[in-house]
Amino acid sequence: MPGSTTPDPAPDPAPPLEPAVAVWRSLRRPLRFLASWWPWRCWAYLGSGFVLGYGVLCALVLLLGLGLLLAVAGIGLVLLAGALAGAVPLGELERRRLRWVEAEPVADPHTSLAGAGAGAWLRTRLRERATWREFGYAVLLGPAFGAAGFGVLALVALSLILVVSPVIVWALAPEPVMLIPGEAVAGPLEALGGTAAGLAGLALAAYAAALITGVQVKTVRLLLGPHEEDARVLELTRSRVRLVEAFEAERRRIERDLHDGAQQQLVALSMTLGLAELELRRAPGADGAAALVRRGREEAKLALAQLRDLVRGMHPQVLTDHGLAAAVAEVALRHPVPVTVDLQVPRLPEPVEVTAYFTVTEALANAAKHSGASRVDVAGGVEGGRLTLTVTDDGRGGADPGAGAGLAGLADRVAMLRGRLTVSSPAGGPTRLRMEVPCSG
Amino acid sequence: MLRVILAEDSVLLRAGLTELLALGGHRVLAAVGDAPALLRAVEAERPDVVVTDVRMPPGLRDEGLRAALALRRADPALPVLVLSQYVATAYATQLFTGGSAAGLGYLLKDRVGEVEEFLDALRRVHAGQTVIDPEVVRVLLAPRPANDPLARLTPREREVLALMAEGLNNQALAARLFVTEASVVKHAGSIFTKLELDPTEGNRRVLAVLAHLRGAGA
Repeated sequence: MPGSTTPDPAPDPAPPLEPAVAVWRSLRRPLRFLASWWPWRCWAYLGSGFVLGYGVLCALVLLLGLGLLLAVAGIGLVLLAGALAGAVPLGELERRRLRWVEAEPVADPHTSLAGAGAGAWLRTRLRERATWREFGYAVLLGPAFGAAGFGVLALVALSLILVVSPVIVWALAPEPVMLIPGEAVAGPLEALGGTAAGLAGLALAAYAAALITGVQVKTVRLLLGPHEEDARVLELTRSRVRLVEAFEAERRRIERDLHDGAQQQLVALSMTLGLAELELRRAPGADGAAALVRRGREEAKLALAQLRDLVRGMHPQVLTDHGLAAAVAEVALRHPVPVTVDLQVPRLPEPVEVTAYFTVTEALANAAKHSGASRVDVAGGVEGGRLTLTVTDDGRGGADPGAGAGLAGLADRVAMLRGRLTVSSPAGGPTRLRMEVPCSG
Repeated sequence: MLRVILAEDSVLLRAGLTELLALGGHRVLAAVGDAPALLRAVEAERPDVVVTDVRMPPGLRDEGLRAALALRRADPALPVLVLSQYVATAYATQLFTGGSAAGLGYLLKDRVGEVEEFLDALRRVHAGQTVIDPEVVRVLLAPRPANDPLARLTPREREVLALMAEGLNNQALAARLFVTEASVVKHAGSIFTKLELDPTEGNRRVLAVLAHLRGAGA
């Protein structure tokens, strides 16, 4: 502001950062803290952590030690995997135990499972970084937080003894009691100094427990919660799944609309024209009109055939009703190049069937358009919970998997199902497309 | 006059088909819109022929076809004509596998435009013949890989087989192809030999195509 004599006010100081941890916030009012439930919650949290931590430590030493010793025998690897897998339920338990001292829950960092069964669980979990962080936490729990918990508990116990020392002195009299080694306390009144020291010790134990608990809360958040990058990857994957699902739903809606609407209307139209033609043929002198009506009927028939091909390209009903093998056989029957089909597959989850079907049709379309092939073989089967599908043609090869938008789109869809799509097409052929997806969908 | 029960979920088509059947001199006992209603109507009315769409409520999948199969299981002599929007041979295979094919028909819906052909198909199904849509037959009899027995047929033989599969007799076939009945018989013999079918077996008109359908369904 020109001419203004007052200096510009200093920018607002940044608001003091609230400690992110509830127990640390409670320390702002130290006296009120002592009178609250907080010391008790912290002691309970650290005390149970001490018991749990040393249990975990013993289990880890046992599993890892035996595992390393027996690694050569193979069974050791199972023990090592067991140690890792055990960190997952421990992580869950710790996230729950955290609620004793922290209002804001820590979210589960694990992704959804790729399939049912213990095998799928183990495969997915061992591949996740979250599991390894949980394992790191398990290693830390005993030596760090268990030890701290032990220290705090010991201090609490000692302080309690000091607090009640006058009673002890009174009860044991005339036996001399030594609070400090070498100096006997004469009577209960003189032991009141011990009581004061004990109370101070309890306060100290409360503040120490609050500090350590805060550190553990931070550690739990860091190691047992979802990381931002995990969350982003997870969100991207989910949004891709949602997109493809929405796309698929839209396809089916259009297919249904065409089927229930336009197709039936055209059938009705051609029926009406057929009836009209019949009437005109019976009427004398209406041959010209009958011929016109017949032409109209032929045109309606062509439109119907085109519509049928369009609908089939969208989402073939036979895939829904009869599954992959039948739908592929149907495509093979219509293909300009002879196709042999050897598909030994049961009914599979819908996303797997749809993706496999469009992979085959795309490969067949490419074979017909570009390869100059004289025959195509489609083969596939399910083994170990994975669908494997190959489409091989005897054409001239040289297909570029990167060039075709169709193939790139398929690779995306296959990747979404945690599968793999590979194309091998050396110049001179043959071109071979291979798809592999877990059948869990 | 045939007493017909009609199952078709499109109101427009249901009305049209009812009119068409009446024009053909038949009586529509009931025109229903879903598979359970079809089963109930057949139970109550005992019709001469059933005409049903493949895709029907409640699931809008192949409920009509399933209903047709259930009706045939309950009464193997009940003539059933199935109408389909799809050329898909999988539905035809499902219909013709596991039971007698006599009095069964599978027609594309487009066929209702050819009113006389459609009414004729209905009569033939009622007479215990088998009717398969020419379009389905055409797809099935298209040139095949070399190891398929159908590949051994000449184009003319394939043509003859296609017409046989539609249910035409020698006389009608000869008229359609502008040849003598004798040459139709000659072609038929050659087809049966090449497909290793016993010519004396009954149901021989559609035997070849049915064998193919069964092969595809296996």
